[in-house]
Amino acid sequence: MEAGKTLLDHDRLSLTIERLCHQLMEDWGDFSDACIVGIQPRGVALSDRIHKRLQELTGNDHIQYGRLDITFYRDDFRMHDKPLSPHPNDMDFIVADKKVLLIDDVLYTGRTIQAALAALQHYGRPKLVELLVLVDRRFNRHLPIQADYIGLSVDALDEAYVKVNWQEVHGTEEVLLFDKKGQ
Amino acid sequence: MKQLSTRHLIGIKSITEDDIQLIFETADNFKEVINRPIKKVPSLRDITVANLFFESSTRTRVSFELAERRLSADTVNFAASSSSVSKGETLLDTVNNILSMKVDMVVMRHPAPGACVYLEKRIPANIINAGDGTHEHPTQALLDAFSIREKLGDVAGKKVAIIGDILHSRVALSNVFCLTKLGAKVRVCGPPTLIPKHYAELGVEVSHDVRDTLRWCDVANVLRIQLERQDIKYFPSLREYHQYFGINKQMLDELDKEIVIMHPGPINRGVEITSDVADSNHSIILQQVENGVAIRMAVLYLLAARN
Repeated sequence: MEAGKTLLDHDRLSLTIERLCHQLMEDWGDFSDACIVGIQPRGVALSDRIHKRLQELTGNDHIQYGRLDITFYRDDFRMHDKPLSPHPNDMDFIVADKKVLLIDDVLYTGRTIQAALAALQHYGRPKLVELLVLVDRRFNRHLPIQADYIGLSVDALDEAYVKVNWQEVHGTEEVLLFDKKGQ
Repeated sequence: MKQLSTRHLIGIKSITEDDIQLIFETADNFKEVINRPIKKVPSLRDITVANLFFESSTRTRVSFELAERRLSADTVNFAASSSSVSKGETLLDTVNNILSMKVDMVVMRHPAPGACVYLEKRIPANIINAGDGTHEHPTQALLDAFSIREKLGDVAGKKVAIIGDILHSRVALSNVFCLTKLGAKVRVCGPPTLIPKHYAELGVEVSHDVRDTLRWCDVANVLRIQLERQDIKYFPSLREYHQYFGINKQMLDELDKEIVIMHPGPINRGVEITSDVADSNHSIILQQVENGVAIRMAVLYLLAARN
């Protein structure tokens, strides 16, 4: 397997997350009327981190936090060779009249976010929803969806593939860019 | 990502242990979905399912219909009693007519064993067997094993007794295939006239002593006497059957352990099982019904992906 190009190493990734947390505090205050929703499976490592850090920074130990599985809401179900495997869904609250911060690792075509918005509707009518992504791939969006908070913007060709590794899942922590998917 | 080894669910005999585990894992997710405030997901919004019931059914039909609707599929229902079958139309003609209306999946219950195999070879839709005569009832066996897994943590190594009318029961046959594939020890128990001889060859124990069987097992799956399929007398009277094979609270109290009581329904209270047993905390009969919807959602979801 060819090594990918490192876009963010361990230290810079930590710094980016730190920066995003401070940016969020500026706009969202202590999150008392808000909740954080991480998208399963790949957004959750990032949202776990941000939720924990925001609780430390704001002193609010009760920031509502859910992990949303969007498998059953995807529009590309049955276009894959194999069925999409669901992941645990952990949302024990209603988002009605709350501000929702949606978190995923990479924003690319926008279809995951569209599915997440559809899934979120089943938990009530949120006051507003904003999107935080670690990596925004600006080319090849299929839908008019943009992120409000961005860790890193990447301009890469359609064939390229951005992978985020997390300490707790992959043993290393970095953002990599590969020329082709499957490498 | 895993997928089922088959395009149809005809019987448990023809699927693998991996298939069963995949259905269980997917059903775990759907069980969470049906306990949400909004119990619906849009996965099957572009799929039309025909529910063809050539034989009466309440639980299975409602359960399938609920599962289909919670996946946002469109459904058409068909009951033999109110259809052209009574005017002499053949099975293949009926189904082909319905398929011309662009149906993607067929859920079928039919009194003839093998009716689903016949259809599978002739029409392009995915087929789910909802009971074919005295042959198989795969989704019932899956939900039974899923309920055991939920209650006891695992199916492998557990002792499961199937008690009652084994001869006429498609639930018994599917359960035997499913439980043995998952590594459980299985015993069937009933009057000698209601246990077919070949059952011993399926790798299960055969007993005619219900008290001994209750002492042996961790789970007792109690079946109804299917009088509607019995054209001759297999035992003297229902009262006598109850005396020898019926399960009452006193029998459970005499055991030195707690066993789980299951029943696929419909219950004939006072025949195979008394009311105090059916309604006791030993019984997981109503959990079985809830799990039925989750299991059927999983089966529909996984088969739809294999179109």
